[in-house]
Amino acid sequence: MFISYHFIAFLLLLFVLYYLIPKKGQWVLLLIANFLFYFSAGTYYPLFLLATSFTVWLAGIMMERRDQQWEAYNAQIKAGDIPKPTREEKKKKKAAVNAKKKRVMLCCLLFNLGILAVLKYTNFVIDNVNVLASAMGKKELPYVNLLLPLGISFYTFQAVAYLLDVYWNKAKAQRNFLKFTLFVSFFPQLIQGPISRYNDLSETLYAPHSFDWKTVRFGLERILWGYFKKLVIADRISVAVVMLMGDPEYYTGAYVLIGMLFYAVQLYADFTGGIDITIGIAQVLGVHVEENFIRPFFSKNIAEYWRRWHITMGTWFRDYVFYPMSISKPLKKVTTATKKKFGMAGARRVAVYISTMVTWFATGIWHGAAWHFVVWGLVNGVIILASEECAPLYAKFHKKFPKLVSTWGYRAFQVLRTFLMMCCIRLFDTYASVRGAAKQFVHMFTRFDLSAVTKQEMIDLGLSVQDYVILMLGVLLMFLVSMYGRNGSVREKIAKKPYVIRYGIFVLLFFAILLCGNYGIGFDAQQFIYNQF
Amino acid sequence: MKHGKKIVVGVLSVLVVVALFFAAQRLVEPKYADDLLEGNFTAEYYEETTKHDVIMVGDCEVYENIDPMVLWHEYGITSYIRGNAQQLTWQSYYMLEDTLKYEKPKAVIYNVQALTHGEPQKEEYNRMTLDGMKWSKTKWDAINASMCEGENMVDYMFPILRYHSRITSLTKSDLTHYVTPRHITHNGYYMRVDVLPASESDVADPSWLLGDQDTASDTGDEEEEAVDPWDAVDEEALEDDGDASDPWDAVDQKDENTPKEKETEDGGVEFGDYPMQYLEKMRKLCEKNGIRLILMKAPSLAPQWYDSENQQVVDYANKHDLPYINFYDLLEETGVDFETDTYDGGLHMNLSGATKLSKYLGKVLSEQYGMKDHRSDASLAKVYDEKYKFHQEMIRKQQKELDDYGEIRSY
Repeated sequence: MFISYHFIAFLLLLFVLYYLIPKKGQWVLLLIANFLFYFSAGTYYPLFLLATSFTVWLAGIMMERRDQQWEAYNAQIKAGDIPKPTREEKKKKKAAVNAKKKRVMLCCLLFNLGILAVLKYTNFVIDNVNVLASAMGKKELPYVNLLLPLGISFYTFQAVAYLLDVYWNKAKAQRNFLKFTLFVSFFPQLIQGPISRYNDLSETLYAPHSFDWKTVRFGLERILWGYFKKLVIADRISVAVVMLMGDPEYYTGAYVLIGMLFYAVQLYADFTGGIDITIGIAQVLGVHVEENFIRPFFSKNIAEYWRRWHITMGTWFRDYVFYPMSISKPLKKVTTATKKKFGMAGARRVAVYISTMVTWFATGIWHGAAWHFVVWGLVNGVIILASEECAPLYAKFHKKFPKLVSTWGYRAFQVLRTFLMMCCIRLFDTYASVRGAAKQFVHMFTRFDLSAVTKQEMIDLGLSVQDYVILMLGVLLMFLVSMYGRNGSVREKIAKKPYVIRYGIFVLLFFAILLCGNYGIGFDAQQFIYNQF
Repeated sequence: MKHGKKIVVGVLSVLVVVALFFAAQRLVEPKYADDLLEGNFTAEYYEETTKHDVIMVGDCEVYENIDPMVLWHEYGITSYIRGNAQQLTWQSYYMLEDTLKYEKPKAVIYNVQALTHGEPQKEEYNRMTLDGMKWSKTKWDAINASMCEGENMVDYMFPILRYHSRITSLTKSDLTHYVTPRHITHNGYYMRVDVLPASESDVADPSWLLGDQDTASDTGDEEEEAVDPWDAVDEEALEDDGDASDPWDAVDQKDENTPKEKETEDGGVEFGDYPMQYLEKMRKLCEKNGIRLILMKAPSLAPQWYDSENQQVVDYANKHDLPYINFYDLLEETGVDFETDTYDGGLHMNLSGATKLSKYLGKVLSEQYGMKDHRSDASLAKVYDEKYKFHQEMIRKQQKELDDYGEIRSY
């Protein structure tokens, strides 16, 4: 959706109108824009979004009303309007209020996750049932053709986060339905996130904004940088990635390594490019959207990688799956039950293991309704847990070789190790089956033959020599920008340069996209990879 | 003062970007200098310094078969062909509308072959026909009438958006013809001096011309194999011109769901409403401007010109009292010989064939429609002397290539 003339025209018109109309009407304009955008993506999509928005908004108000009733009850007691209850009566009353609140929350949660589950996972379930049915010689179920609204995972997660925040009294319920719908439907985020929290986004989303050239310019620069990554790098290299992944029998051995590296570049440029466009659009509108990436490929271990990659998804699963589960009653029971056998520390570890694996299972299946995504998630979980277990060993090693650890070379080794490990895990994401991914991983070592990688073979991947040159320059630029941004905002640094340099950078970026971008007729601009989630 | 400086810097910054934009656009635009030379035709018209008594519009059947230099040389008739590869009826209409902004000819000749096509055909032909047109409402309308599935107006307004991928496959011609495009035609005529006799080519089956109208339709295979002269532009050049990043065929050329033209009993085509509507518009435009509209059908061996198709033209001509010159019926009078007068086995005339057709047409135009002989007009004669020199020079060059390589390579 971001890659069309209509979208560019839509954006320009919105930007102009946004600062022309009275400030108090800006959020209304945004709401209209959201629905125009969403309606253009699919005629019936807004209905699903409205269903989520309405139920979560209503649930938020109902839950808050329960809290208000409780507060009113306490106020009445304090004022002496009602006789002071016993401790037991008060506890009972509180439990009743909480139960009602919980019921509302659970109903709403099940309804919304139910929509997501039905639309996204029905065929996955049918697929698995059919495998069993086939093995048992029974009749297979027919697949169903269901509509999957654009960005349903993103807006559902965003709404669910709000629901739970209100339930846990971390956020105040939004009374205005239209304002709440604006939060759920904010169009730049619909395509691939980030998954914003209500408390973070609402503040600037509803606030009136005056035109500030620096903010607008920064936003536009970010949008351009996003388009550069998406159109010049991601969509260019995707041609080769499709070839490499599409014929695993032919592209084996060294080509698995090449495919892994190419896919890493594509995924990074595609996803971060899309997020740059999202954050840039929001910034032009004066809305602050949380960062979703902080130089993830510079991470020194996988846990750190996941704190830097798709941050809002990671923190979502942490806050709304991992933490609640870790302190849930069933896991407390598990801790108690295993305490005798493993001791307190060991029993706690069991609880953490279970929570971690469930969280990564959920993360995996969220990425796609297929077993290879599930395995991808679980492998991440296992490696993170293994790293945790090995932490004391690492600490010992670091203590023994303090000089080595502080060297640049060692840090580079850590970064490279993490990068390659993530590339290997990503094989489960790129190949369409668990067996296929595992096989390719093995073949990468057993059939490795560098002499098979010839110039002609590389050209046959669908990229010309010029394409490779553009890709190399593009990747180098992304790397340099990442390095440059390690100790402060790149745009802030550029803003301090003389006008000619600032202007030159802007013009170069613009023409690089215009001339080297893969767009228009002839290029089926790849959908953003994270669209499908 | 500070404020004023900011405005000046701002304006200059925008101007630089705009200038660079158009410079880059020109760089990546196809120059049509090494192949697909037809892409230059439309724009060449605007280089004309004199007016014309006769304007011809249509597809390859007119720009390869009629030579305005012969009309001048033999009869002193000034003429120009506004034709393009696969120029559709509505494009011919808009080409005429565009021409009338610059001059008012006495006669307009429309070659009727395109009436058999009722919908846009291919993006590349659209671009070759329309890109060279000067911007005006006429061009806007022509684009709107011509776009295939997947095309959009923005790509025509800013061709850089369509051709940007050529940046990785620029050739020397993109620089040598950056400012001055290669001049190809002789008042719209595309010259070829080589010969490929129909008997030595399997591109067309001439038997239908001998009276057997059902030949092609009876043998479905032959019809399938017959070459469509609308593909006069080398399809291989379109696809394999060393420009892997130039995805000409990317647009859905023809929606499979697009209704096909209705077939007539003898296997021909019942002209669709769309082309007939534009023929009618062309007629009215000529009528409004006091221009005589003449219909013409050039002789070519493929695709077959069915009796039923011919009859539809005859009926229309009769209904509106329009002259119709069907060269199929005039093979004897013109002396066209498909063994010597065609360079592609009977689809298009070579210079010899075009000269024969032009001589006949010139005679008709001067004798029946009173076209003046301007050869005594010194200023016109001077201009046409230059044109004739260019014409003769091209004959010499093409002949030399034939002698040197056994084929024509640069034209």
